[in-house]
Amino acid sequence: MENVLDIKHLSMHFGGLKAVDQVSLTVKRREIVALIGPNGAGKTTLFNCITGIYEPTLGDIFISPPGGGQKRINGKKVNEITERGLARTFQNIRLFQNMSVLENVMIGRHCRAKAGILGAILKDKKTREEEQDIIERSYAILKKLGLDAYVNELAKNLPYGAQRRLEIARAMATDPFLLLLDEPAAGMNPQETRELDALIVRLREEENISILLIEHDMKLVMSLSDRISVMDYGQMIAEGEPAEIRQNSKVIKAYLGEDFHA
Amino acid sequence: MKHITALKNSLLISFWFMFLTFPIMVIRVNTIENVVEWRWMNMLYVGFGSFVLSFVWRYLISRKEAGVKQAAAADTPSKRLTERLLTDSAFYRPVQIMAAVFFLAFPLIFSTYQINIMTTALMYVMLGLGLNIVVGLAGLLDLGYVAFYAVGAYSYALLNHHFGLGFWAILPVGAILGALFGILLGFPVLRLRGDYLAIVTLGFGEIIRLILENWNEFSFGPSGIANIDRPGFFNIDLSLEQVTVYLYYLVIGLCLFTMVVVNRLKDSRIGRAWVALREDEIACQAMGIDKTKTKLTAFALGATWAGMAGVVFAAKTTFVNPASFTFMESAMFLSIVVLGGMGSITGVIIGAMILILTPEYLRAFSSYRMLLFGAVMVLMMVFRPQGIIAGVRRMYHFPVKQSEKGIGGS
Repeated sequence: MENVLDIKHLSMHFGGLKAVDQVSLTVKRREIVALIGPNGAGKTTLFNCITGIYEPTLGDIFISPPGGGQKRINGKKVNEITERGLARTFQNIRLFQNMSVLENVMIGRHCRAKAGILGAILKDKKTREEEQDIIERSYAILKKLGLDAYVNELAKNLPYGAQRRLEIARAMATDPFLLLLDEPAAGMNPQETRELDALIVRLREEENISILLIEHDMKLVMSLSDRISVMDYGQMIAEGEPAEIRQNSKVIKAYLGEDFHA
Repeated sequence: MKHITALKNSLLISFWFMFLTFPIMVIRVNTIENVVEWRWMNMLYVGFGSFVLSFVWRYLISRKEAGVKQAAAADTPSKRLTERLLTDSAFYRPVQIMAAVFFLAFPLIFSTYQINIMTTALMYVMLGLGLNIVVGLAGLLDLGYVAFYAVGAYSYALLNHHFGLGFWAILPVGAILGALFGILLGFPVLRLRGDYLAIVTLGFGEIIRLILENWNEFSFGPSGIANIDRPGFFNIDLSLEQVTVYLYYLVIGLCLFTMVVVNRLKDSRIGRAWVALREDEIACQAMGIDKTKTKLTAFALGATWAGMAGVVFAAKTTFVNPASFTFMESAMFLSIVVLGGMGSITGVIIGAMILILTPEYLRAFSSYRMLLFGAVMVLMMVFRPQGIIAGVRRMYHFPVKQSEKGIGGS
């Protein structure tokens, strides 16, 4: 299968600190890959490199959008990368608090629309149609994620689990081929986590997208992912299917420490 | 016990104020007769006044906190009257029609003096709405907005002085020049936010004023430019009263134009991007919004209205000099936006009316103007930080069925 995301020997240095060190990672089409590792292993830094928030020190990131052709996206601006079809959520929820739920999703459609200042002022037919299209698509996404009851609610007034889902909805609105989820289950109760599991699988099936996620909830990771990559101290220490990772001594060591004798 | 503590606090406060005001309120040195007057009665007034005020203050604070708790405890937020006035068309239509009739009939009823004051107030409405784009929607604290106002005013003054160009020719030129200066300011401050942005824009406002004051060959320095033409009306000579009325309707027209444009921008793709930028810069970029473009359009479109208002200002007063464009003006524009309610068009209109008209009609208290102004601002920030009318987001309506709540619609 084709790699939609291909990271080759990527390094990110902050002064003398190697937050990400020679990491390689691939995500294939329609695959769910989990990135795990202890706190401070460099998972979120890797995410920030992929999405353009940081410019990596060394290495290459290639993406292959469905349209064909492989492109290097190092050092591209954040919004350009989103436009190319990579969308992300944040570890600490970063919704637009004082905008309505629907508007949050409509923002996601921004890069797929064209209306300019003149269009906004004149409200010509084209702009009105585009606006209507944005509203309808956004509402459809909300419905799909079970958020349609909150349409006009301000994002900050939503319950926690719904806020997490809204972040996913907002990311989905940008029409991505690869969705990057940074700890989507953080702070969720077991019931909500199970629902999230079903939701992620459903998104993959219905939308034909690949998913790369960072997660600490092992039950979720094991049941959900096709492949798992494990990071520790900025390095990739293991990669493989859930069953292999479960047995990997390096992974156990990273999580439980050197002195662990089972 | 609670009352005794309150009493103790108030006593403490009154003593503290008596001590603080002692040198200015009690002692007076009479240099003519070389005696020191001790005005002990003043100290008593200060003590009693602060004692009572501290009680009132504490009562209001406790009421406010109780209100907050109540709102948090209530299941569905109760719709207050102000909210209904804004969202329910049965409420706001009659108000709108009444306002429209009032403003249209204004010159027929009131004197030239009143019309002049109202024209000024309406100009501030325009300026407030323009600044509202930058501060209220895009969340970029701009303390140098007066610079664009000056650019508009001087572009009309200079082009009229040198080339004899008329008002209608310069109005769009002023708008475009305003926008260009907006972009000029926008570029260096792209990376700045909050306090840093405020300081740089403040500096920018001062730079423009200082250039106008000192570059004599270009702007005629502090003496300014006089005898600027009033707006023409199909080459008909108008008397002073007629010109005043004409200018009034002209400004009403421009105000309506501003309101329509700002209202449309607010709920458009561009307006949403501004609000998103205000809410969270990183998330906004991660959702595919070009930060640079969005910031620059906010600065440019905000400055456009200041440029236009500047042209109107020059045409109205027929005289411009740098003294009209001090930081005080910028502070005034910002106060209008903050007092009225950031992001709310109605709020800004009300804010401008209050802040511009009240000082005109309360001339008797003019020596206390700044004191009252400051007090009102402090009270506003404590008791209603969102402004007189808070900005509301647009509601979208769909045929929602309560039964079909998707997964986990908790």
